[in-house]
Amino acid sequence: MYTTELDKQKQPPEGANVTAIDGAEDPALVEAFEARVAADEFIEPKDWMPEAYRKTLVRQISQHAHSEIVGMLPEGNWITRAPSLRRKAILLAKVQDEGGHGLYLYCAAETLGTSREEMIEALHSGKAKYSTIFNYPTLTWADIAAIGWLVDGAAIMNQVPLQRASYGPYARAMVRVCKEESFHQRQGYEAMLVLANGTPEQKRMAQDAINRWWWPSLMMFGPPDDQSPNTERSMRWRIKRETNDELRQKFVDITVPQAEFAGLTVPDPDLSWNEAKGGYDFGEIDWEEFYAVVRGEGPVAKERMKARRDAWEDGAWVREAADAHEAKKAARKVA
Amino acid sequence: MPSLPTISEKDEARAAASDAGAPEGSFDAPTASAHDEATIAYVTSLGDDALILGQRLSEWCGHAPALEVDLSLANMGLDLIGQATNWLGLAARHDERYANADALAFHRDVLDFRNCLLVEQPNGDFAQTMARQLLFSTWQHLLLERLAGASDEAIAGIAAKSVKEVAYHRELSHDWVVRLGDGTEESKRRMAAGLDWCWRFIPELFEVTEELEALVQRGIAVDPRSFEEEYRAALAATLEEATLDAPAEQRPILGGRRGHHSEHLGHLLAVMQYLPRTYPEAKW
Ligand SMILES: [Fe+2]
Ligand SMILES: [Fe+2]
Ligand SMILES: [Fe+2]
Repeated sequence: MYTTELDKQKQPPEGANVTAIDGAEDPALVEAFEARVAADEFIEPKDWMPEAYRKTLVRQISQHAHSEIVGMLPEGNWITRAPSLRRKAILLAKVQDEGGHGLYLYCAAETLGTSREEMIEALHSGKAKYSTIFNYPTLTWADIAAIGWLVDGAAIMNQVPLQRASYGPYARAMVRVCKEESFHQRQGYEAMLVLANGTPEQKRMAQDAINRWWWPSLMMFGPPDDQSPNTERSMRWRIKRETNDELRQKFVDITVPQAEFAGLTVPDPDLSWNEAKGGYDFGEIDWEEFYAVVRGEGPVAKERMKARRDAWEDGAWVREAADAHEAKKAARKVA
Repeated sequence: MPSLPTISEKDEARAAASDAGAPEGSFDAPTASAHDEATIAYVTSLGDDALILGQRLSEWCGHAPALEVDLSLANMGLDLIGQATNWLGLAARHDERYANADALAFHRDVLDFRNCLLVEQPNGDFAQTMARQLLFSTWQHLLLERLAGASDEAIAGIAAKSVKEVAYHRELSHDWVVRLGDGTEESKRRMAAGLDWCWRFIPELFEVTEELEALVQRGIAVDPRSFEEEYRAALAATLEEATLDAPAEQRPILGGRRGHHSEHLGHLLAVMQYLPRTYPEAKW
């Protein structure tokens, strides 16, 4: 998921064209590169690539990595309170998977010449972004089910096409990630079905969770296509393979019947089946809300960033100790 | 059913593994020994140790000093919750008061928990967490190695299944204690403080009550005193490698095995048990 480029500078300038960032690059190299990408070849770390491609990829992959890591927090919030041993194990394994995704993705981004420390620093300073979805709180157990079902569901929708991304290390990371995400989505939906068929209190939790998570999930696909000027170039470079609106539509079409099957109401009065297009029409997304969250004004954005910074700062002495021990060991070997 | 993404074979295996919490399991085979009250209490204590420590480790999730550490703490937590599920499942099958492992985990109060005091100690900083892990995993490993040869098939089976996991926990905590002890001034000070906090709970691990003695006689339980020397020697070796002095011997604090716990356990249970107790009719 989380692959939508989130620009800190609120809405992107209209009609911005970013194709010709590097006038200095050898046109023959650029041409050869574009041809390889167009032929669906993988670009590997040692291959020549335009600077703008490298920069865009670092931003996209690190943003995705940060999202995995920050995404551990809303669900981590419920591990100690999971209602059965089985649910506790499933949730802990899931959150651990997300950490693993973060790790593969940081490694993939590092192949482009940016260190994990630099990327983490950019997250903590607020320079780098992460998916808007994780700036919403998990209030009840049903939120854990909703995240698995909707958030991992949206993630899959975004990530499956990226298994064919042009950058080899990224595409390969996505293959591993997608397998696990689809498992998470299934588990989340199953947990939701149990709640939706449970006691009146559980049904209430389930409906309340979809009420709160539905729209933020749709926002995960990023701004509408006409507000997303980099899409065209990213598609040409095959680091994005379908547009935000196409993916959002797919997600709605797959998810609405799942909600109906669970007996849950999708909180959108404008939702209706459109026979002609073979998909659902749905209501207008509150883009004001979306851009506010992108700017870092989400309901629990401060909590999320504080938790990440605290973990990093409180753990500094541990990382220093590990380095010091390695250095001493190496020195002893020499001596 | 609406269309859902397909699920790979590996995922199916994982699903099966995470289904371990289901009431029936492979350890349901009828065994020669009668599972009397003392045996059930013993098995429960093994399960409670794993459950409470697994719960503690899961508190770290998302907050560890590095991503790799986060993953290994979660991994240990998962192993322990799986072990707890097996032990408590076995206990519940022979205790008509409890329908399954969840009933034991979520519907007992402090006085009925049988875990040792060490595992309920707060995480503290990462050094204290690793001190607790070293002290416990070393003990648990030596115990399970022996218990895998116990006369009761069900008990021996769970022990054998868990011993490899615990060997890894033991190694991981050993490595961290060495790293932190040998690392920087600060990490050495913190590691020493973490060990000092946990040290008074060691004697409880080797306490032998009359009931335990009787189970040992019947070949059901292992007498922990049989490996106390090995335990002490292993700790001494780790501390030496970590260039740390052993904490001064402290007055033993006991009581966990009889349900007399530290103040910490009540809070841990309040968090862990809140949902099933708030909604006793609900299934999850
Ligand atoms: Fe993920
Ligand atoms: Fe996921
Ligand atoms: Fe029972």
